[in-house]
Amino acid sequence: MKDNRPVNLDIGSMRLPITAWASISHRISGVVLFAASFGMLWALDISLASAEGFARLGELLGSVPAKVALWAVGTALIYHSLAGIKHLVMDFGIGESMEGGILGSRLVIAASVIISVLLGVSLW
Amino acid sequence: MVTAVTSLGRSGLSDWLLQRVSAVVLLAYFILIGWVVASGIDYVGWQALFATAWMRVFTLLAVLSLAAHAWIGMWSVLTDYLTERLMGTKGNVLRIGLQLCISLLLFIYVIWGVQILWGN
Ligand code: HEM
Repeated sequence: MKDNRPVNLDIGSMRLPITAWASISHRISGVVLFAASFGMLWALDISLASAEGFARLGELLGSVPAKVALWAVGTALIYHSLAGIKHLVMDFGIGESMEGGILGSRLVIAASVIISVLLGVSLW
Repeated sequence: MVTAVTSLGRSGLSDWLLQRVSAVVLLAYFILIGWVVASGIDYVGWQALFATAWMRVFTLLAVLSLAAHAWIGMWSVLTDYLTERLMGTKGNVLRIGLQLCISLLLFIYVIWGVQILWGN
């Protein structure tokens, strides 16, 4: 099927509202988590395979680049989860107004920043 | 515009619900793992945790949820950007190719998960 309906939405020409930023960040964090999922399964595998594997993983995750990666993936997970919970709340019809959407986005972003900083503090 | 055939449930409503159910399972699982790791577990405790039947079942459920959630989620993303409108026929070819790779990877995850949990 060839769809020739005109598309009149040049996103690049607009100033995006906070709800749009919250939405695209949820998408980006989802793709980041998908990319990280291989590492998660690998970590589970090696940590359960043997005591040496568990110790080696602990050592590996102690290095600075690994900590940065862990923090980045952790932050993506925190944001994706909180924004996901916002999705679920809104699916129940709560906060579906424009003001509700803006407030929800602000809450999610603020809470994510705080928890992400706490994660960084506990890693270092 | 052949997009519906590559969705997980062949129906938007079914995918929508599965996306939410899998999200709740993953959320509960990550909270549990985060809590266990943060409380500073050693190898013996970690091994013992994953030796219990409930943890194995929960982990398998989480891996299955990840497979469904990532399939539906990546379908949403790819069908938005790799489209005929944006890229012509090439968009469809690229999208189907990527979706094949993603579903193969997710299939491997499920087998890998079973092997981690019951393999040794
Ligand atoms: C490793 C785990 C996860 C991966 C790889 C992942 C990946 C994704 C991807 C790629 C999307 C599509 C995004 C979009 O269409 O813009 C998505 C959507 C979604 N995710 Fe996740 N996710 C994970 C964990 C979670 C968790 C823990 C929650 C907890 C609440 C969650 C809640 C959601 C929800 C509600 C949606 C649907 C959003 C919509 O309908 O537009 N996800 N996820």
